[in-house]
Amino acid sequence: MKSPALPSYSSARRTVFPYLFTLFFLLALIDSWRRVGVDLFIFFEPLGREHLLKFLTGMFPPAYSYDFLSLMVRPALETIQISVMGTLIAIAIGFPLGILATRNFSVAGVLNDADTTGSPARLVTRFSIYALARAILSLFRSIPEFVWAFMFVRAVGLGPFPGVLAIGIAYGGMLGKVYSEIFESVNPRPLEALQSTGANKLQIFFYGWFPQVLPNFVSYTLYRWECAVRASAILGLVGAGGLGQQIEISMRMFNFNEVLTILIILFFMVAAVDTISAKVRAIL
Amino acid sequence: MHQYRLEKIAKAFDRHQAAVDGIDLEIERAERVAFIGPSGGGKTTLFRLLNCTLKPTSGKLWINGDEVSDLHGRRLRTVRRKIGTIYQQHNLVPRLRVIHNVLSGQLGRWSTLPSLVSLLRPQGVELACKALRQVGIEEKIFSRTDELSGGQQQRVAIARVLMQDPEVILADEPVSSVDPSLASAIVKLLIDISHDTGKTLLVNLHSVDLALAYFPRVIGVKNGVTLFDLSPPQITDDLLEDLYSGHLPEKEEEKLTDEESRTPFLQ
Repeated sequence: MKSPALPSYSSARRTVFPYLFTLFFLLALIDSWRRVGVDLFIFFEPLGREHLLKFLTGMFPPAYSYDFLSLMVRPALETIQISVMGTLIAIAIGFPLGILATRNFSVAGVLNDADTTGSPARLVTRFSIYALARAILSLFRSIPEFVWAFMFVRAVGLGPFPGVLAIGIAYGGMLGKVYSEIFESVNPRPLEALQSTGANKLQIFFYGWFPQVLPNFVSYTLYRWECAVRASAILGLVGAGGLGQQIEISMRMFNFNEVLTILIILFFMVAAVDTISAKVRAIL
Repeated sequence: MHQYRLEKIAKAFDRHQAAVDGIDLEIERAERVAFIGPSGGGKTTLFRLLNCTLKPTSGKLWINGDEVSDLHGRRLRTVRRKIGTIYQQHNLVPRLRVIHNVLSGQLGRWSTLPSLVSLLRPQGVELACKALRQVGIEEKIFSRTDELSGGQQQRVAIARVLMQDPEVILADEPVSSVDPSLASAIVKLLIDISHDTGKTLLVNLHSVDLALAYFPRVIGVKNGVTLFDLSPPQITDDLLEDLYSGHLPEKEEEKLTDEESRTPFLQ
């Protein structure tokens, strides 16, 4: 089966890019090493050793008093709730924007040039929608969720809600980008067969596109949910609720044993989410 | 009125070389035509032009006397609905169940909402069943398509075309990925279908023997142009040698994607 000609492989290979990239990478590495002040020996100096020891011994044994643990139940639940709500918002943002940011959907039509006939004005409109969607997605994910949370705490006040918004927007950008890439990687041949039966775009989408992307969609979204559980712990540091807020409080009071307990709780939560995702993936 | 009329049809994917380079052709209703020629000669591109998947770069194409090269939207879909295509790689949606792949043949005349509901709760099971019975794999109706062997998938693809019930059947290398001993069975099935229903049948074939044995009209295509357009007795060894000169012998070019079980079918 023939498809539109691709640029030839041999001409793409003959570039200096790999060498330039290697050089650039090495320079960046040396420069960063120098500037960031990597100093591994600090761990072996008396003062460093003492601090390290204080931190580590302070962690053991982890806090396990009933009072403390019962105090942690609510923040732990809150962390889960933030991650679930945040991921749902991220899907709601990422899915439509991801479709608009998919080249074959918004610019080229479903398939081949037979579908792209239209006035130049229409083509320009389609292209600007595509470019706009990509720009929005880039903006959303280039600002870290930490910064989003910081801004939303200012805007809507302390608590879990700014955390939800931060995760929803930052992860919406990431999901949208990955969704559009999954859409573009679909095998076009079954789509062409559907098109040749006279199916319309919506039918081609649900009969050809959707079944092919579903497993990748679900597993990437679940992975993002797992990341959201971890992220909601960090977001607590800027006052966006969840376990993170408790970490911050314990750290500030030098109760390192409480920190360790919270980290253990977090570990089990992430592991649980991972197990659930594995189960769901196995069903698909 | 001709089923197909082509006037100087050409298709170029880039500026350097045309895949189809000016073909004139007339095909009558209910005619059975085989296209042979070396791979890369433009047969597949020609078929994609004939089923209105591609738009010709230049030239004109009439189907049933209507010019179709400039259609789009709903009117283009109406034309496509009349042309059923069977592809070399089956082009089924692997993760859908067989029934949905068969039913997708009627998407052209199915309104959107019921067709989407059908994905959740299959509509028209009897129709799909009937189409599958004709190709002999009725029992696979609720299997997932990617669990079927290559030959079974090809039969599902044929059932999809039966479901579509088109005026014209285009078969692009329908037998190059199945066991050679089954190839003639599939070609015969296609011939029978076209015979019983009066459908026009155009087939791209790797195998010269099959083309000469079953088709009253054989067209040789090479480098995007037709080399000859004759009935089998008129086709000499010289013509065939001309057609395939400068290319590998066909056996070595054939793809080794054959996972067909050895059980015969369609006796």
